Amino acid sequence: MAKVIIYPTNSLILSDMVERFGHEPLAMMEKIKKIINTVGVDSPPLNITPEEPKRGLKYAAVEVPAGVRGRMALIGPMIELAEAGIIVGDSSISFGCMGCARTNELTKFLIREKGIPILEIKYPRTEEEGQDFVYKIAEFLKSLPSGSDEE
Amino acid sequence: MAEETEDNITKIVVISSESVLPTDAVMKVYESEDSITIKETCFGTMVNGPREAVLKVVETLRSMDRNHIFVKERGFKPGAEVRCRAGRGGGPRPGFHFLREEVNMLPMIGRALDKYEAGEPLEEHEAPEKLDISKLKKIIDSEL
Repeated sequence: MAKVIIYPTNSLILSDMVERFGHEPLAMMEKIKKIINTVGVDSPPLNITPEEPKRGLKYAAVEVPAGVRGRMALIGPMIELAEAGIIVGDSSISFGCMGCARTNELTKFLIREKGIPILEIKYPRTEEEGQDFVYKIAEFLKSLPSGSDEE
Repeated sequence: MAEETEDNITKIVVISSESVLPTDAVMKVYESEDSITIKETCFGTMVNGPREAVLKVVETLRSMDRNHIFVKERGFKPGAEVRCRAGRGGGPRPGFHFLREEVNMLPMIGRALDKYEAGEPLEEHEAPEKLDISKLKKIIDSEL
């Protein structure tokens, strides 16, 4: 089972497909769960504290806005764990917590830099593209090693 | 509601099936003997509870229509005050827009998964190219 980082990091389709084909998705939801379930007195209920931008310094310089660094404090460790990656571009839906363009750029850059197997595709708009999208992801996930549980 | 411990998880089950309704899924969850909490929503259900129980229930739900039921984990439990619309004075829940956008694609993805499972070969097609700027200029001029 390989750890596959997905971008967009909270995608339902990608998270489901990675799980469906027997791998472990590295997604934002788990991180959020961990952070809100940790008992904290500084900044409940989300527990986002000044510590997050500090942790983000590992991935982005100090001049970079705190928002980017704070987000990287969550996404960066996921990239470090990743053994493969699926990047889906052309998403008009990178709004909300996904909406920071610079974080998105940095995330994609770090995934590409890591030298792991990567699949880069676009969100489908037509039936044919949908088929292409699913087939490519399925073939990519099947090509990944299945028995690398080393921790 | 199940107590929030480290091993409690929440899964969103999105149903995009022509044969299974969210109500059917909820009834199936009610049949389970595990101590889990469910919430029926417009796109499916949310299941919260101990990890093993939730995974078991989710697998049962998936088996109802494997290629048309999609699952992802959720950070917040159902009805969490910071996310639930009930306590926020209305408006879409943060994260809803993304989910809705992806839910619109699910029928297409489901059909493609059916084809993949059936072993149908991938049909080659030409990707539509983006409109050339010179062509766009011509169109604008012709309108004038």
